[in-house]
Amino acid sequence: MSDYILEMDHITKKFSGVTALDDVNLKVKKGEIHAICGENGAGKSTLMNVLSGVYPFGTYEGDILYKGEHCKFHSLRDSEAKGIVIIHQELALSPLLSVAENVFIGNEQTSMKGIIDWTETRRHAKEMLAKVGLENEDVNVPVNTLGVGKQQLIEIAKAMAKKVELLILDEPTAALNDEESRKLLDIMLQLKEQGITCIIISHKLNEIEYVSDSVTIIRDGKTIETLVKGVDDYSEDRVIKAMVGREMTNRYPVREGVNVGDVIFEVKNWNVFHPDDEHRQVLKDINIKVRAGEVVGLAGLMGAGRTELAMSLFGHSYGQKISGTVLMNGQEVHLKTVKDAVKNKLAYISEDRKTYGLNLIGDVKENMTIAARPFFFSNHGVINENDEIVAAQDYRQRVKVKTNSINQVVGALSGGNQQKVVVAKWMMTQPNVLIMDEPTRGIDVGAKYEIYCVINELAKAGKAIIIISSEMPEIIGTCDRCYVINEGEIAGELTREEFSQEKIMQLIMAHMRKGDGNGN
Amino acid sequence: METKNKKLVNMDLKQYGMFLILIGIFILFAITTKGANAKPVNINNLIMQNGYVVILAIGMLLCVLTGNIDLGVGSVVAVTGSVAGIIMIDLKMNMWVAILAALAVGLLTGLFAGFFIAYLGIPPFVVTLATMLMGRGLTYTLLQAQTKGPFEQSYNFIGAGFLPVIKIPLGPGLANALGGTTIDLISIIVAIIASAALIFSEYRNYSTKKKYDFAVNPTWQIALKLAIMLFIIWFFFVKLALNNGLPFVLLIMVILIAVYGFITSKTVAGRQIYALGGNRKAANLSGIDTNKVFFWVYVNMGFLSSIAGIVLAARNGSATPKAGDGFEMDAIASCYIGGAAVAGGAGTIVGAVVGAFIMGILNNGMSLMGFTTDVQKIFKGMVLLLAVTLDVLSKRKKS
Repeated sequence: MSDYILEMDHITKKFSGVTALDDVNLKVKKGEIHAICGENGAGKSTLMNVLSGVYPFGTYEGDILYKGEHCKFHSLRDSEAKGIVIIHQELALSPLLSVAENVFIGNEQTSMKGIIDWTETRRHAKEMLAKVGLENEDVNVPVNTLGVGKQQLIEIAKAMAKKVELLILDEPTAALNDEESRKLLDIMLQLKEQGITCIIISHKLNEIEYVSDSVTIIRDGKTIETLVKGVDDYSEDRVIKAMVGREMTNRYPVREGVNVGDVIFEVKNWNVFHPDDEHRQVLKDINIKVRAGEVVGLAGLMGAGRTELAMSLFGHSYGQKISGTVLMNGQEVHLKTVKDAVKNKLAYISEDRKTYGLNLIGDVKENMTIAARPFFFSNHGVINENDEIVAAQDYRQRVKVKTNSINQVVGALSGGNQQKVVVAKWMMTQPNVLIMDEPTRGIDVGAKYEIYCVINELAKAGKAIIIISSEMPEIIGTCDRCYVINEGEIAGELTREEFSQEKIMQLIMAHMRKGDGNGN
Repeated sequence: METKNKKLVNMDLKQYGMFLILIGIFILFAITTKGANAKPVNINNLIMQNGYVVILAIGMLLCVLTGNIDLGVGSVVAVTGSVAGIIMIDLKMNMWVAILAALAVGLLTGLFAGFFIAYLGIPPFVVTLATMLMGRGLTYTLLQAQTKGPFEQSYNFIGAGFLPVIKIPLGPGLANALGGTTIDLISIIVAIIASAALIFSEYRNYSTKKKYDFAVNPTWQIALKLAIMLFIIWFFFVKLALNNGLPFVLLIMVILIAVYGFITSKTVAGRQIYALGGNRKAANLSGIDTNKVFFWVYVNMGFLSSIAGIVLAARNGSATPKAGDGFEMDAIASCYIGGAAVAGGAGTIVGAVVGAFIMGILNNGMSLMGFTTDVQKIFKGMVLLLAVTLDVLSKRKKS
């Protein structure tokens, strides 16, 4: 027997004429953590769906050899029976059921056939949770009372309960902050000690470098190469080069020819309370200003209050008992509703495009024009459809949405293209101030670059841009200046010359200590 | 030539598939009833009997677009009909007072439901289940469980009357071929105007697309589509001309279809309903006041229910406590058969109307074949299930 637990040979998968996978080969050694990298749409998820039986045997060409055995999976159940468990990007937990129940969902602990043994369920759940570092968690609380990070770990515990031997994680840290991500990655390393083989799909190259033993790069449905840690060059730049097929010397395009003008957006003494708890202050005396043509970052840890700040500014979409003033071009404006905000040329691009940004069953044109429609594409409430089509065609090219037609349904586009549609939607409202919340989350390197180019274009056109990002290199790479926010307060401000990840972290840490001091 | 070809795009067959199904079912019944369903008097009945379902389906489509339904419409039809009846019979007041009062009551029920749904956030299913129960109970109370009638002829005109006619006798040859002895000139003139309008709008659509250099459909597809539409128009109008001319209900229907077709496709407010149905949170963050949209969708449903109530009472010539029983289900089924998405965000007025007619042709054809209403329900249920199943499966295949 070879030391490979899994060999996928010459896998080819076609969807009604379109080749999604073209002769892909993947070899995973027993007990290793194997990463799969590739741009969005490269075929990573398709490959995993072939492996787990979502696309049943016979619908693809090629051979799957698992533990030396030829596999013909017809469904997820077949592959799970062999110990292959896949955890998808979107969590598959039932939010109102208890932790214990979720761990054994579809795999219930029963005494007699069909009758659930609750004692055994709880006892066993505790065991499984201990394996993923959640030994102190109450197994009786509903899952939705826990954070996303813990929920992700519960997914893994669920896999453990199925006696997993090959665990596949599809973008496990996409929704996690740095600390939670690190914890998850460390759990993966622990699982490796226990002899579990892992496949991880991730866009975050630093995580891949940290956790994986080897990485296979897929581009346009083909395997490009497999790199092994300690043997090959394993740097981020090396992986990016293989992913995009060219050297990415600069991940952030240079912004040239921008004249930073006067302050056009200013927030003074902004205070916001939690929407469900009027005594909990979420934002305290926030003061920020942004100049025309300036790109300003809001750095901070997840939960620092940056999204809350953006949404409370954008038509009071978050929070209650909001106080403070907003000045646009020196004039005070009242932005009580989203409509007011759009009218006053403020735009907010949400961090979660699927939930807050797009109508996934609507087409590209409809999604692009919906916000601008009352102001630009209609006359007394009647839509001018031809203007809309012309504008949609124009913006599709400007932001480089890769689609055949503006009538394409948005749900069928890749993440990067969806994000571009959202950006176009808000560019169409002709804003003077754009707040972009995690503008490149979950999208591939090429699409990121294109979004950065759009940001530069907007700055050149004299817009004031605020970027919220949890990826510090992104703030450093794109912003002229940044505010560091921690626990709902401005912890400090840095200019481009002062930028560094260490500086940002130092400001956060210093602010936390101060906060503790005040607290005691 | 080459550049021209690039700008061609095939027509979305699904959009017109419903018309083909409609024609197919009609032909099927024409065979089983030996042509009885194609007789002029039956075509007339088809329109008069389905007028109120069509009106309700138009309003229901907007509810369905938000991803919800309104269960209360059948009861609102009954309440508004009985209000009109009481005013005319018991209070002996003018029919116009009765009509206005019925419309006002319909709007009030809409405001009531809309308030709970939009501003208190109560699920529409629950709110309209309540209005359904309350409305039916109110009707029985108002009418003391008795039928109220008969109404004056001028009121009954709304549901049973015809537009003015100019009847021309037909020669024996034509009379035999068409199956009638006289033909109404007005109906034919209206058919000519409608055909011209249809061809003109298609032409204008084509030339604007050319002007802006957008992709157009191949000429043969446009011609085929026009031919089918013209055939349907002429089939109906000739049949109606051979009968008593154009029913007044048809006028109401056409106006409502035109107005709501325009609202849903060409106005900011109409497209906001689609945006809300597609993704409510995203719609909110796009500057759409989704509560307001919800509110007006349900107010509108109340309003259209009252129109249907007025028409139904006029056709029956009386107000009965059981009026409109189960209409909500027919209206909801019409929307789904007409291709509206159950989860909201997709569907068209024309689709809902075609759906209503598919249901109507089924009812009518089976009645002519001698099936009881009980058996008809079995078939209606099966058709609804089949239509939605096909829709869901075809979508699944695509993704």
